Amino acid sequence: MTLLDIQALSVAFPTRRQTFVAVDNADLNVEPGEIHGLVGESGAGKSTIGAAVMGLLERPGRITDGTISLQGDAISGLDRAAMQALRGQRISMIFQDPLTSLNPLFTVREQLTETISTHLDVTDAEANQRAIDLLTRVGIPEPELRIDQYPHQFSGGMRQRVVIALALCSEPEVIIADEPTTALDVSIQAQILDLIKELARERQVGVILITHDMGVIADTTDRVTVMYQGEVVESGPTAQVMGDPKHEYTQSLIAAVPRPTVKMHRFPQVSYGGRETAFAIEDLARNWDKPQVDRAKPLYQIEGLTKRFLKKGSLIPSQRQFMTAVDRVSFDVMQGEVFGIVGESGSGKSTIARMIAGLYRSDGGSIRFDGQETHTLGDDYRRQIQMIFQDPYSSLNPRMRVDQIIAEPAKHHGILAGQALKDRVDELLDRVGLGKEAGLKFAHEFSGGQRQRISIARALATQPRFLICDEPTSALDVSIQAQILNILKDLQEHLNLTMLFISHDLPVVRQMCDRVMVMRNGQLVELQETEALFAKPQQPYTQELLSLMPRLDALKAAPSV
Amino acid sequence: MGGRLLNYIIRRVFQSVLVLLVVGLVAFSMFRFVGDPVDNMLGQERTDADIERLRAVLGLDQPFPVQYWKFLQGAIDGNFGVSYRQGRPVSEIIVERLPATLELAMVSGFLAIMVGIILGVYTAIRRDGWGSNVIMTVSLIGVSLPTFLIGILLIYLFSVELDLLPSFGRGEVTHLGWWSTGLLTASGLKAIILPAITLGLYQMTLIMRLVRAEMLEVLRQDYVRFARARGLSERVVNFRHALKNTLVPVITVTGLQLGSIIAFAIITETVFQWPGVGLLFINAIQFVDIPVMAAYLMLISVMFVGINLAVDLLYVAIDPRLRGEAS
Repeated sequence: MTLLDIQALSVAFPTRRQTFVAVDNADLNVEPGEIHGLVGESGAGKSTIGAAVMGLLERPGRITDGTISLQGDAISGLDRAAMQALRGQRISMIFQDPLTSLNPLFTVREQLTETISTHLDVTDAEANQRAIDLLTRVGIPEPELRIDQYPHQFSGGMRQRVVIALALCSEPEVIIADEPTTALDVSIQAQILDLIKELARERQVGVILITHDMGVIADTTDRVTVMYQGEVVESGPTAQVMGDPKHEYTQSLIAAVPRPTVKMHRFPQVSYGGRETAFAIEDLARNWDKPQVDRAKPLYQIEGLTKRFLKKGSLIPSQRQFMTAVDRVSFDVMQGEVFGIVGESGSGKSTIARMIAGLYRSDGGSIRFDGQETHTLGDDYRRQIQMIFQDPYSSLNPRMRVDQIIAEPAKHHGILAGQALKDRVDELLDRVGLGKEAGLKFAHEFSGGQRQRISIARALATQPRFLICDEPTSALDVSIQAQILNILKDLQEHLNLTMLFISHDLPVVRQMCDRVMVMRNGQLVELQETEALFAKPQQPYTQELLSLMPRLDALKAAPSV
Repeated sequence: MGGRLLNYIIRRVFQSVLVLLVVGLVAFSMFRFVGDPVDNMLGQERTDADIERLRAVLGLDQPFPVQYWKFLQGAIDGNFGVSYRQGRPVSEIIVERLPATLELAMVSGFLAIMVGIILGVYTAIRRDGWGSNVIMTVSLIGVSLPTFLIGILLIYLFSVELDLLPSFGRGEVTHLGWWSTGLLTASGLKAIILPAITLGLYQMTLIMRLVRAEMLEVLRQDYVRFARARGLSERVVNFRHALKNTLVPVITVTGLQLGSIIAFAIITETVFQWPGVGLLFINAIQFVDIPVMAAYLMLISVMFVGINLAVDLLYVAIDPRLRGEAS
């Protein structure tokens, strides 16, 4: 019998003006022991399906049509108490961000035993034993010791293991994993996915794996369902859907996935639905004060750069303890190049960017810009460097209008004022494809990709020479990622910009960067031309990182551009 | 862990002593502007020589740092001087009055915290229900009406019109050693109701609105959704997982408010003629009774400092992330 059967499911969010249909007539079924991938871009309705199965739809959302059955019994339309009895007992859920899905004020033991006692009729001692067994099962070393710790004492990957242990408390039949590895580093991601695979096989649990990452789908799932704007466009065995997609949307989605194997000039975009927005770079380049670049000359010379953070403060200097975030790192950034930094979280890559931008003061070493120490340079230096941040939601002030946001840096540096400033803002908004009317709105009225365009417009307002991009697309969908990365490439080529590109996404780095530096624990591991690094990594750590990249061989070969 | 905590407490106590010394210094530098106590103490028949002599006796002819130093020397021995007005030792007067104020403050603080938290959680969970809307609207009155007006309105309603509760005083008092309590007699209990409500109403609405705002924020967090997804009951999710996470900011504000309940009981005590230290302080100001004012200010600062220390320790008790990097 089918374990979980979703038939003709529709979910709607009625609002005062109109009813928004989040899921429209979707079918999906999961067999015991199967991992079923649910893929699509944000807003496609994939998380809504998960919430509907759990009975956790946010108000005012409700199931308007269709049925959800578990082992043949309909569970859609059950009342609150019956649904609550089902949740965690027969269906469990794993959330995206292990940092936020555990309650910070309770120990792991408290959270585990509380859940176990809710579902199983056991004594406290049995609940404790079961909690320790679960931690052992999900691969947490020294479970007797760690069970009494609080979530903040675990690393991201370990925390996600705790979350999985919580989901397993009462031997559920179905687990819904909503982007379970999106917030994790690539090496941790591989471990967590392996764990999910093992559990599915060994306990015959049916798993719905919701993700926007095609690499995860290709590596992990048995079958896959592709969603687009609330509708299921394609469904079938993973190898078949990935290798020979039938639907036009699936085809363009797969084509847009950056490949680790080949270098292309531009990122292929998701063309389906006609959402591609032009970026008029040539017009912008015409009245741009372009710097002369000589690729043989360095723009930045960085030597022995060090940053320490205070771990334990004390009045007595010798008692203080420090954590070395960046440890004597030296490199040059050539004029006009895209210089990539890769590494796992905590490797010090963002710290380097912040020291270059002057947001952190270094604890040793020197940063020279055009031959001069940066701390001797004044305001004009700051004008020439701009940053684009990872999170397009928190990096724009929600209380400011978009035109004010974009005008602010130029105004601050006193480059433009009055009508000239207004014209510059309008032009930038036009050029990044938003249109000048967008200036009158606030940031929350835009989607993630549009917001990142606003960030780009803001960074360009001072006509910088150097752009720092700190994980600029890791919060975005594949299709939006392609658009933003293409914009950045165009900028670099047409405006002679030099760029520092920080990412943990190796395929993206391969496409974007001229040279790549690999970092680990604050130290430089390897620095090479991009092609050489990917073809022949010298250091064992680099080789390991590259081997962990999702294999996209199963995907249909990308069309050559 | 224990050593670190002890270390922390010792450091905080040390800082607290510094704060107290500074408060005292500022207080003494201000007393010159309150007026001349000698004017009140001597009658019409005084001569300049009388004034000079009394000043010398009271030490008022010396510069204020010297007066302060003498005050401190006395304070260490538990001797806060003699009230100019009553001619009795200040410590005696304050000990006599303090239980009344502390009892009032505790009852009203307790009311404010309990009712405030319960209503705050209720209005957050049923955020669109009509019950919440009524409570939120009524709470606006609590925030916006001044204390003395609330007191007078309550007296009018419950004492004058309904004649249920007394309008002034503490009722019958029982003595337990040096402490006097009104909580053990019927008339004492009746007498404390109106002043406690008057004093606590503002804090109650404040706590309620704060808890509500924090709850609304916390209920959106992933760990609350995940707690629901694990099948925990609504009661456990709301009152265990969510409420505890709202407590850190609530404790900060509540702690400061508790201090001001004691310090600003003055108005309520005046309205209800409550025989506490607030009323004593008002009278002391009118008479420029410097020893009483100085002792009262020190007492209030000791309470504020103590409450803040307690608040900081509570943070650590509630939030493990503040306990430093263990493991």
